[in-house]
Order: sequence, then C-alpha cells, then structure tokens
Amino acid sequence: MAPILRSTSLFALIVCQISLIFLFASTLPISSGSESEDSYTITGRVRIPASTVIGHAAKFSNIKVILNGGQHVTFLRPDGYFTFHKVPAGTHLIEVYAMGYFFSPVRVDVSARHRGKVQATLTETRRSLTELVLEPLRAEQYYEMREPFSVMSILKSPMGLMVGFMVVVVFLMPKLMENIDPEEMKSAQEQMRSQGVPSLTSLLPASR
Amino acid sequence: MAIRVFLTLLLFLSSAILSFSLYEDQAGLTDWHQRYIGKVKHAVFHTQKTGRKRVIVSTEENVVASLDLRHGEIFWRHVLGTKDAIDGVGIALGKYVITLSSEGSTLRAWNLPDGQMVWETSLHSAQHSKSLLSVPINLKVDKDYPIIVFGGGYLHAVSAIDGEVLWKKDFTAEGFEVQRVLQPPGSSIIYVLGFINFSEAVVYQIDSKSGEVVAEKSMMFPGGFSGEISSVSSDKVVVLDSTRSILVTIGFIDGDISFQKTPISDLVEDSGKAEILSALLSNMLAVKVNKRTLFVKVGGEGKLEVVDSLSDETAMSDSLPVADDQEAFASVHHEGSKIHLMVKLVNELDNVLLRETIQMDQHRGRVHKVFMNNYIRTDRSNGFRALIVMEDHSLLLLQQGAIVWSREEGLASVTDVTTAELPLGKDGVSVAKVEHTLFEWLKGHVLKLKGSLLLASPEDVVAIQELRVKSSGKNKLTRDHNGFRKLILALTRPGKLFALHTGDGRIVWSMLLKSPSNSQACERPNGISLYQWQVPHHHAMDENPSVLVVGKCGSDSSAPGVLSFVDVYTGKEISSSDIGHSVVQVMPLPFTDSTEQRLHLIADTVGHVHLYPKTSEALSIFQREFQNVYWYTVEADDGIIRGHVMKGSCSSETADEYCFTTRELWTVVFPSESEKIISTLTRKPNEVVHTQAKVNSDQDLLYKYVSRNLLFVATVSPKGAGEIGSVTPEESSLVVYLIDTITGRILHRLSHQGCQGPVHAVFSENWVVYHYFNLRAHKYEVTVVEIYDQSRAENKNVWKLILGKHNLTAPITSYSRPEVFTKSQSYFFAQSVKTIAVTSTAKGITSKQLLIGTIGDQILALDKRFVDPRRTLNPSQAEKEEGIIPLTDTLPIIPQAYITHSHKVEGLRGIVTAPSKLESTTHVFAYGVDLFYTRLAPSKTYDSLTDDFSYALLLITIVALVAAIYITWVLSEKKELSEKWR
Repeated sequence: MAPILRSTSLFALIVCQISLIFLFASTLPISSGSESEDSYTITGRVRIPASTVIGHAAKFSNIKVILNGGQHVTFLRPDGYFTFHKVPAGTHLIEVYAMGYFFSPVRVDVSARHRGKVQATLTETRRSLTELVLEPLRAEQYYEMREPFSVMSILKSPMGLMVGFMVVVVFLMPKLMENIDPEEMKSAQEQMRSQGVPSLTSLLPASR
Repeated sequence: MAIRVFLTLLLFLSSAILSFSLYEDQAGLTDWHQRYIGKVKHAVFHTQKTGRKRVIVSTEENVVASLDLRHGEIFWRHVLGTKDAIDGVGIALGKYVITLSSEGSTLRAWNLPDGQMVWETSLHSAQHSKSLLSVPINLKVDKDYPIIVFGGGYLHAVSAIDGEVLWKKDFTAEGFEVQRVLQPPGSSIIYVLGFINFSEAVVYQIDSKSGEVVAEKSMMFPGGFSGEISSVSSDKVVVLDSTRSILVTIGFIDGDISFQKTPISDLVEDSGKAEILSALLSNMLAVKVNKRTLFVKVGGEGKLEVVDSLSDETAMSDSLPVADDQEAFASVHHEGSKIHLMVKLVNELDNVLLRETIQMDQHRGRVHKVFMNNYIRTDRSNGFRALIVMEDHSLLLLQQGAIVWSREEGLASVTDVTTAELPLGKDGVSVAKVEHTLFEWLKGHVLKLKGSLLLASPEDVVAIQELRVKSSGKNKLTRDHNGFRKLILALTRPGKLFALHTGDGRIVWSMLLKSPSNSQACERPNGISLYQWQVPHHHAMDENPSVLVVGKCGSDSSAPGVLSFVDVYTGKEISSSDIGHSVVQVMPLPFTDSTEQRLHLIADTVGHVHLYPKTSEALSIFQREFQNVYWYTVEADDGIIRGHVMKGSCSSETADEYCFTTRELWTVVFPSESEKIISTLTRKPNEVVHTQAKVNSDQDLLYKYVSRNLLFVATVSPKGAGEIGSVTPEESSLVVYLIDTITGRILHRLSHQGCQGPVHAVFSENWVVYHYFNLRAHKYEVTVVEIYDQSRAENKNVWKLILGKHNLTAPITSYSRPEVFTKSQSYFFAQSVKTIAVTSTAKGITSKQLLIGTIGDQILALDKRFVDPRRTLNPSQAEKEEGIIPLTDTLPIIPQAYITHSHKVEGLRGIVTAPSKLESTTHVFAYGVDLFYTRLAPSKTYDSLTDDFSYALLLITIVALVAAIYITWVLSEKKELSEKWR
C-alpha cells in the first residue's frame, strides 16, 4: 500500500502549463482580478495514478475539494483541475475527498506580498510541492478481504483446533504412553490418585 | 483444555485491535443508507429527447440533482458547500445543467447525463442583492446565446460552452436591481428590466453579443414597488406597489416605459394586502387577496380584468407552451383530504385541459410548489405531469390522476433524533419459525459455510444474502430479544415526525405537527426538539410509550411554543397544547410520576421556568426537590455562563402555579477582548457508567470523577473565531474549561497557544475528547482530557476497606470542593471533522469507540484506547498487556474502520447512538442530507454468536468427534483384547 508518487515524463508535459504559473509566480500574479486587492485564486489539479485504481474507480464527478474545513467546496473539471476563487492572502488548508482514496491535507500559503504566489506543502508527509498537483497517499479498501479457502484457515478456527487437539490426543498420546516405563507410569498414576484430579482452575494460571 | 482456552484467548486478543471491520458481502446486512435531496426550490424538466426522462432540481439543502422522472430515483447529485446556496438552475445547450449559487457569484455547468462538472466561473459581486439566472431556451443548439446572470450588482453574459465571461456591466453605482431579463427569440437584443431603490423602473436594451447598451429608459414611480413581480408577456410585467394595494402594469414596448395602475379594490370587493402568486404566466396573473386566489387577465393595453377566482389556497406553476401557440398552466388546490390538479389554457380559462382529483395524505400538509411538464401522448394529444412540493418537503409526481412516485424529502432536514422501543409481540418475545425443515436448515448453513470459505458461486452469494435477510427477521414490527429492532424517531424542520425501523429504514409512521388552536398566527409550528416523555417500565406497563415534541411558531426566540405528545406505537398525537410562553431551554428532570411521565422544565425568555406535566402529582414531586434543581444558561455572544436556582412560585405575577421564578446563583464571565465561547458540551444525561474505578497495570487504583454537572466550554480569541486562514498562530489561542454547573467552579483550564476552532467535542464518563486546528503545525489536533477524583485516591489499602475507614460511601456533592486531577494528551488528526459522537451500551461495560464524522461525510470508528492519556512511547510489558497502545503523534485512520464503508452520509450533521439490550452492541444513526444506520459492536459481539457463525461446521465437528470417539473406542477394545491374548 505504499503511496505511488511517480511522475511520468508525459505527465510533466501535460502539467507544464500550470507549473509555469507556479514557477514564475513572483512575476505572474494569479490574482483573480483588478478590483479587489487581497483576493486571489488557487488553481490546482487532482491526479489519480492509474495503477492505484481499484474496484470502484473514483469518478472525478464524485471528488470534492474543500478549502479550510468547509469554507468553500468545489468540484473537479473533467481534466482534474479545480479552482478556488476569491481567496484572501494567508495560510489555508485544502483537503481532497474521494471515496476509495486518502489524500493528505495541503497547507497552502497565498502570499500577499508576491501578489498571490502560492506555496503548497503536504501536511502529512511535510513534503513541499512545486506545483499544486495532488495525488492520493494511498488507496483505501473499506472492506476486509475474505481470505481464500485454505486448509489452514479451517485448522486455525476454534473448531479446527478442537479437532486437531483431539487427533493429537487420540493418536499421539498412546504412542507417548508406550514410551513411558510401565513402572514410572504406575507410580505416576499412584501420585495422581493421591492428589486428586487436577481441575481447570488450577491449570489456568499455569498456562499463562 | 487449558491450552485451548489460552489459544482462543490469544485469538481473541490478536483480533481485538481491529475492532470494526466488515466483509463486502456483509454490507447492507445490519446497515442501511437512504439518499435524499431536501426541499426542492427549482425544477427543470428534460424530456425532449427520447431516452431517459429526467428532472433537474435544486434544493434548500444546496443540492443539485438529476432525478429519474419514471421512478424518482437519483441519477446523480451534488451537495454544494453550506454557504453555497443555489439561486437558479437551468439547462443550456440541451446538455449542460447550469447552476447559479453563492448569491449569484458562482456559475457552474454540469454534464446532464453523468453530473460531471464541466466548467465553473466565478463572477464579480460587490454587494448583496437578489440574483437572477436567465438561460436562453433556444432549440437551435448550434447558435450560442449567452447565459445572462445578475448578482451582486453586476450583469454578466457567460458563454454556455466554456463558461467564459463575454461581457459584464457594472450596476453597483446606481443601486440597480435587475428583476427580469427577457430574451426575445431570434433577436440579439435583450431587455433588462430593473428597479432602482424600488422607486424607479429602468429598462435597458442590451446587445447580447457585445454587451453594448442600445437604449435606456427610466421612469419614476412615486409610491415605490414591493418587489413582487410577474411577467405576463415579452413586453409587460405586473408588479405590486409598496402598499400592496395597487397592481402596476409596466409596459416597455420598444424601450418606452408606461405605467398603468389598477387598485385591487377595483378588481375585488373585499380588498386587502395582496400577494402575487405566479411568476411567469402569459397574459395572466394570479393574485392572492384575503386567502382568495384571483386570476387576472392582462389585456392588450395593460387593462386588468378578473376572470376567475378560487376560494381556497392555490399553488401555481409557470405557464408552459403547448401546441399551436397556446400556453397552459397548472394549479393545485385543496379540498378536504383531496387535492385538485387543473391544467388550463391561459387564453381560455374555461377550457380545462386536465382535471384530476387525487387523494392526499393529511400528513403532507399543503401544496407549496407546482412544476408542470407536458408530453405528447400516442394519440398526439397533450398529456401533463406535475411535480409538487408539499408542506412537509416531500416531492411527488402526479400523472394520470395518480401519484407515480413520492420522496420523503423532509428527512433531509432532521433536527432531532431519539429512539423508542417497538411493541411486544403478541405471544411475548416471538422469534418466527423461519427454518421449516431440517434439510432446509442444513442447506442454508452449508451455503453460509461455502460463503465464508469463498467457495460460493455468484448465484450462491445471492441466495446467501436473501437467506440472511430473511432469517434475521429484522424487519418485524415487534420487540426482539436483543433489542436490535427499534424505532428511530426523527423530527424534521418542517415539523414532521418520522418513525423509522432500524431493520430496513422504512417509515413506520409519520405525523405532521399541527397547531393546537388553529390560530391565524401559527398555522404550522416548526419542530425544535424531541424528548422521551413516557418510557413505561416497572409500573404503568400497559401504557404506550410517548415522546414530547417541542415546536415553535415562527423563527424568533420569543415566539410562543407548542407542545405535542405523540404515542410511539401508533404515531397518533395524544394531545397538544399551546403553552403560551416562549421556549428557550427544555430540561428533562430525573423524576417521573406514577405513570412514568418524566417531569420537564421549560425556561422562557422572561426568566421563568414552567413545569410539565401540569398535574398536581408532578407539582408535589417537584416541590420536594425544589431546592435541588439547578440549571445554567450560556450566552455565547456576551461570553457569560450563568447558573440558576429556583426561587419561588411566580404566583405574584400570574395565577399559574406551575410557573416558577429563578434566581442567579453564579456567573462565569469570559473577557470579551480575549475569549469568545465557541462550543459548550455536557454529558448525555442518560449515559450509564459501569465502574467508577480504573485499575492500572501496577495494581494502582484511579477513581474517575463522574459528575453529571460538568460543562465543557471552549473559547477562542475573537480573531481566531473565523475560518482557518484568517489568522496567524500568534493571534489565536484556544482555552478549554471544565466547569461545575452547580457551583460555577472551574475545575480545570487548559490553554492551547496558536490554535483555533471550530471545536468539535464529545463528553463521556470522565473524559472529553475535542478536535481543533493547530495553526503552528497547520494540522488538526485531537486532545483528550480525563478527570480523576483525588479525594478518593487514598482508598487503596485493603485494610481501610475492610475496616470501613474509607469515604467511598460518602455522597458526591458539588458543595464540597472537589479535589480533582486531570491527565491529557494530544494527537494529530489528518481530517476535518463535522461531528463527534461516542458509542453507548446498555451497561457501559463494553469499551467505547469514538465516532468521528469527517468532512468527507464518512464516519470513522476510533477506539477510545487510541485517545488514552496513559499512552507512552514505550509501554512496559504490563501496560501492553493491559491494552495500552504505544504513543504515536497521529491518530490512525484505518479504512476498514469507516462504519459507513462505501457510503457517504452527504451533508452529515449529527450522529446519535443508542444502546441495544445486548451489552456488546450499540445502534448508530447518522443524519444529514442522507440517513445512515448501522449496529456496532465496539469490542466485537462477545455475548452472542455472529450471523456468520457456521452451525454446519459445528455440526460436522461434533460428528467427527463422535466418530473419533467411536473409532478410538473400537481400537482400544481391539488392542486390549490382543493384549489379553498375548
């Protein structure tokens, strides 16, 4: 379940455009407009590597991107991009929710001095992102996997253990008994008779 | 034997850490999930094309959804953010659903078939104003007419294809508010009609391609407008003036504005305040005057003329073009328990195209909204279907005189939840005879065994599921032995009470609150909260249990309250009363009268409290405990918490002997410049605590400080009360308090520097767990505080206990100064949280789990052991045996621990837990826009066999053992014989 964070060269080409924005952010402001001084736009992208897609593949239409714990909620476009408009300068938190995946929350610093320059850091791994491309840390499986049928699973079950124990007693004990010296056996039996039958309660702490 | 016990113990321990998990084929077995959308605001039909007929709706829960018109199922649905209220919805280009939200500042397009967002555009808005969406209805798809949006003082034209803003006009300076945008077909000129300060009408003619103002005309109207408007044709609107007594027809032919005033008194004898009902009827207008609905025809020169009137309240749809340039509209009115749906042609009101009478459930209330759609029947005539929204928020489709489908959308706005027992079966606790023959029984279990060993074929899996649902008998309407079958009572915002069955979530009964006195002021009270009124046990066994529903007439805090008592078994209202005072706080008291009715105190805004039930018996019980009744109020805005005590009867002011005056006992004032109350919380009053003492691994004893009168308060610096991102770590700090509500004594104070809210907390037994945001680490944190009693810590010596020199039997009192100490620990948590709850079981023995409702609308079950202040980095062997988990900085999120598994409880607002009779098991009900129910066993079902238990395997084992015994017996006989021969 290791997170797969390989970025292919093809992918790099695709996001070339957006990375440009972030690389030259100091010169290219991503502010939303001229009329409001302190409101900026955060644009990013959610990418789910094909290799992690399991059973119920998360559709882009069901993914939500949440800013600051519910202040703004937005959705993904078909190409995976999302945008938050009218975000004031400051430090924000972006969370991505997709069924079947776990995304790390992202700390996003929108700089007022650099006219809306965006810096992003994954808060879970403390990895800083050069571009706002969010990938799942891991795929999530909500169900326990049923173990395939095996003899071991039957043997491991309490009833299997019961049968096993019986088999051991039935077939091995006589063998063991044979090995014991009849004299010794007799003395042991004598001893047992004098002590009485050991009860379960006296056995329990001993086994622990 | 001993080894076996040990081995099973080992097995149990090894599986204990993952206490909740589900196999995929177990999904839906004990849980159910229902999807809702909320009260529909707008509806747009999409039935032109062959194929799937659908209706696009937007709702008051900020949901945009596409519904199947045949069955009412949800094709797709999106729940927008809580502040993202939808203002308008339309279909553009025949393939995109356009929604306008956030007061006209966000425009989104969704793909019609699958709901994928296509584009999103943020529009400028400078001020609050009503917003308006106008999507061109062009049948020629290739021509790109822009979408016209007004909101926040700006008029925008947006391309429907990619959401690009083509042009915008700034109207902020004039204070111009657009009322109507008319896009005459085939013309590129659009007419924009609006008012300036509701006293001047302005019409702009704008070129829709370039945004240039071609012509502008304005005209003052001295009286001022009320804001209600109805479009009657492409060049006329009718508005009401500010006195609501004159109808003004505004014509703007070719850019010239003309007013024509018609006083209502000219139209109808008994004039009064009028209300425009219809929004868009061609050459027609529906006006409500004195509870009568008038249909007013608008003549060519703006002349008004009453053509029809209905005596009852009527809901009306917009008009709809039908064949041959005719327009039709639908109206629905009530008559007793029936509703009449009529579709008439606008030009000939006598020509009723459709008249249908439908029997309607009384508990749906009145019709609020009607949306009409037509279709061509096989004989080329027009057929009509109507989508109606009822007072209880339910959504129904009417077609051919019948309700085709209905959706109980009231359940999307649940305000309070409680649980109730089902009636006993006739012959005591009856478990049905499900298995008929031994063969069938065995077959069923062999199937189950195959399933659990992964040998089952797909058909077998289906058979197993069926068998499971059938054999569990979970859907019966009688009480069961384990307490798994219960009723969930959910009170919704429109004032309807639903009883849901825990087995499958179906509605057992529902009841709409009625105003007891049918007064004009309060036709339909809103539901506020729900209390257990009568839970019969011991004596009064024959009484049916009942609940108290507290409602309110109107939205302000001083509005008079309404009490309603509802029989849980039948869903019938036993009685209801107009209590004549406001309801601020309802306090269930720990006393019941001889019929097991619980005493309740209701505080009003004047500072009096009122005792219910109003019987002399209740009064005498209350008089006895008069001195011991305390309560507190939280004034979050002023930062004050006050403690109150009873003073005396308020007989000096009123003759009501059930009314009492109170006196302030203590106040806790938080400095308003540095602290602002953001969250308060107490323990659940009905929580059961199994043991007061906690034994440590080193055989040491800790005594929990278990008090019902503890209040958890969280305050934050005023600057940090806003959203994340609005404050720096230095400016914000979070302080939490534990306050005794009898004395006002602060037992514990804990400050978190550089932290802010929102705080979500849960309080149980002697611990509080709360979730907040740490600005320095920029992560969410969870802190646990456990509070222990120091004064009892001395009672460790066995001799003291034997000789009776202990203070364990000393009564716990809030008057003495409690010696307490606390332990706390903090962890990171990787998600935003909407709500936290804790499991509750019948005796409180089972270990607890926190139920964390995440922002992704899932519910995570987290063992309380993960939030234990005694966790250390390297626990000793003894501590490990006790179950202490090594300390980690982050709380784990195990995907299998999501109790909602592959579901989402969209718009999650609350989680309610209730114990079942079986100690290991608890009911969990989560509500939001969706509903979700499941049964949880936080420490696994140690007191019963699971559904998975394979009886077949047990049988086989027993047979094998018997066979083995027989074989060994035979063998030993033989051996003995041979030994004897030797």
